[in-house]
Amino acid sequence: MEKTLDNFSIGEKGIVKMVLGEGKIKRRLFDMGITPGAEVFLRKKAPLGDPIEITLRGYELTLRKTEAACVKVEVQS
Amino acid sequence: MKRFALAGNPNCGKTTLFNSLTGSTAHVGNWPGVTVDKRDGVYKKCAEPVKIIDLPGIYSLSPYTPEELIARNYILDEKPDCVINIVDATNLERNLYLTTQILEMDVPVVVALNMMDAVKKSGDSINAKLLEERLGVPVVEISALKETGLKELMDKAFNESKKIREGSTVLETSPLGHLIGDVKIALKGQNVANPLFHAVKLVEQDEIEANMHKETLPMVEEFKKTFNDEIFGGDFEALVADARYKYISSNFASVLSKKSKDTTKMSKSDKADKVLTHKWWGIPIFLVILFGIFHLTFGEDLLFLGKIFSLPSLEDLGLLNEDGEAINFGVRILATFYDGAVMSPGVWINNVWNDLIVGEFFGWLGGLVEESGMAPWAIGLINNGIFDGISSVLSFLPPILVLFMFFSILEDSGYMARIAFILDRMFRRFGLSGRAFMPMIMGFGCSVPAMINTRTLADDKERTATVRVIPFFSCGAKLPILTAVAGAIVAFFGVGNADVITFSMYVLGIVVAIACVLLMRSTTLKGETPPFIMELPTYHLPQFKNLMAHLWDKTKHFVKKAFTIILASTIVIWALTHFSFNWTFLEDEQVNESILAGIAQLVQPIFTPLGFGSQLGELGWVFVVAVVAGLIAKENVIATFATLAACLAAVTGLDLGELAIDAEDGIDAVQAMIQATGITIPGLIAFIAFNMTTIPCFAAVATAKAELGNKSTYNWTLLFWLASSYVVAAIVYTIGSWWWTLFIWMVAFAGVAAFIIYRNKMAAKRLN
Repeated sequence: MEKTLDNFSIGEKGIVKMVLGEGKIKRRLFDMGITPGAEVFLRKKAPLGDPIEITLRGYELTLRKTEAACVKVEVQS
Repeated sequence: MKRFALAGNPNCGKTTLFNSLTGSTAHVGNWPGVTVDKRDGVYKKCAEPVKIIDLPGIYSLSPYTPEELIARNYILDEKPDCVINIVDATNLERNLYLTTQILEMDVPVVVALNMMDAVKKSGDSINAKLLEERLGVPVVEISALKETGLKELMDKAFNESKKIREGSTVLETSPLGHLIGDVKIALKGQNVANPLFHAVKLVEQDEIEANMHKETLPMVEEFKKTFNDEIFGGDFEALVADARYKYISSNFASVLSKKSKDTTKMSKSDKADKVLTHKWWGIPIFLVILFGIFHLTFGEDLLFLGKIFSLPSLEDLGLLNEDGEAINFGVRILATFYDGAVMSPGVWINNVWNDLIVGEFFGWLGGLVEESGMAPWAIGLINNGIFDGISSVLSFLPPILVLFMFFSILEDSGYMARIAFILDRMFRRFGLSGRAFMPMIMGFGCSVPAMINTRTLADDKERTATVRVIPFFSCGAKLPILTAVAGAIVAFFGVGNADVITFSMYVLGIVVAIACVLLMRSTTLKGETPPFIMELPTYHLPQFKNLMAHLWDKTKHFVKKAFTIILASTIVIWALTHFSFNWTFLEDEQVNESILAGIAQLVQPIFTPLGFGSQLGELGWVFVVAVVAGLIAKENVIATFATLAACLAAVTGLDLGELAIDAEDGIDAVQAMIQATGITIPGLIAFIAFNMTTIPCFAAVATAKAELGNKSTYNWTLLFWLASSYVVAAIVYTIGSWWWTLFIWMVAFAGVAAFIIYRNKMAAKRLN
């Protein structure tokens, strides 16, 4: 199943399929390692539900839901 | 001198390495992005001294952030003799992403594998030999913190710097290899330096590159047409980033061997994080920590022990004489940390510093001057002008340093990044990111460290907006104004409650700050809410060495300022209050004949809409003088009141009754002022509001100037402070005096809001 990263619930894992959006934000996501094939794991959400914290490539990254909405992920069980 | 540049990801230990190499005390924090600009120092243990340049931490060489541009331009234009690429060994994959880009430049590179001690401790291992083979440049294992491997690193770098290295790329074997190769050959034909780097960036459609090589661009586009990838289509930026990471995971994964594959096991850092950013407990814990910091810095009743156990005061214990002074030196020392309550460490340090060290020292110096037989004006200048000025500035050192220490611990430990994570959602509403919270809250202590802290904000406009509203978070020095005026209102008019007035002024400051941020972010500082994509560093214990280095740096900075700009300003103010227009020296009591009083009377009418202008008659200028004195340091406001109240009594023959006028008791001084000028309650509250939101003290203004960098931004900031305080005080005064003016203000604000919204809509329409 494919969905965008902002719709993930805590503990879900997946493989990045595609990064939408453009310019600065997209480039930033790439530079931080969110590229197709990268494994991401939703670690937690901030107390107010946004931003989210993910684990990828062995480190912790936080991003807002609006930015996470650019990331299409194939969910893995 | 040879120049070596340090390049690496934020938070990879670059600044620690820089400090270890150069012995400098540059600031290190566990917060991505502490080095905003580049700095340099000298390393002396090579065959010849080498200049080390610490570039800002970057994740990539893309053109989107100022840090990345600084680093990229430095390496390309200034051509260092060697680039030392620091790689965080605990986070190999993402760090090597930058390495693959640096390797594309025609510059000698040495990779420093940092934090090897942490890797070994976790039982993992990294095959540095294999990494060296695959990268094609020397790799040295180091620990910047424990200072191991540094000599070897620098010797290797020195060796490499004698060689000429041509850029290499990991993209060679990717589907893009041919395309990049063709562009590189074309650029080389045009004698472009760093052809490979530029070729890759051109293929990536990098904005800067596209502008630089306009003639080559059509050719690149032509090449690109022949290329089509099934996944990415024509998105070359994605293709390149993807190819780099693919190469890294397939070639360098074998370099790292993990002890256990069990990733579900929680490390200490994970456990701490689970509590500190908990869904329910996260925010309460943060509030408790914040309260704790302020309590430990400013609290005069530690853990409320005094209140809880009703501890006896020094007076109750019979340790004070009739004048309220300590009966012996032992009691003086006791008084620094105990008086009916145990004082917090911050207050204790403050008392020791001010009562025992600075106070004694300047008292002694002052005594020497008094007895020196100099002219009275010279004694006045030295004692009241210079010494009082310097000692009042130095008296701020303890709270600033203590507050700074706590915030450094938060930063160094990695918790600060989590605070931004927790609070981002709230701050987004005002067009800011969660990172803006810390500087604002620090403003309650002192604006100076708060403004310095805005360096952690990535977005320039967000930074400017934050610096501008920091003074509205009422600092420690403004508190005496609040308590004195509020106390006087209650005592003189017999209305209200001093605590409620004080508290509501704090709230007013916050409301004004929020309103101003909203206003600026929708007009002059308009911009997208800055994106929030941030690394959350692993928690670690703060390093004592770093902490001390940081504090020392701050002290140097502050003392330097005290002896330059602030010293100059106190001399000027002193001269203006002690000389008349025909340059005769005036005693303290003749202050109303001084140049300052003359100027103040001239500008007095301007303050009429604020309630402390012309309506106060010929003595009303004292409030103006107090405001002006407050521009040097906010505690001057009440001190000025004390001096002026005594003068007023002498001038008018007003009976001040029982009111003892001295600087110690601001409440009495303010009551005398009320009696002499007949100022109303709304006028008094407007006066506090004006002081709270106007141009902050000299130290803060100087800091703002340094932090804003840009001259015109700084000038606009001064104007903004003047305008905001004028409007806020006018609102307070008019609504306080005539409640129905509330509706006029509301209509005016609705009008302004409607105008801004309309204009922004039109602008958006034009864009479409």
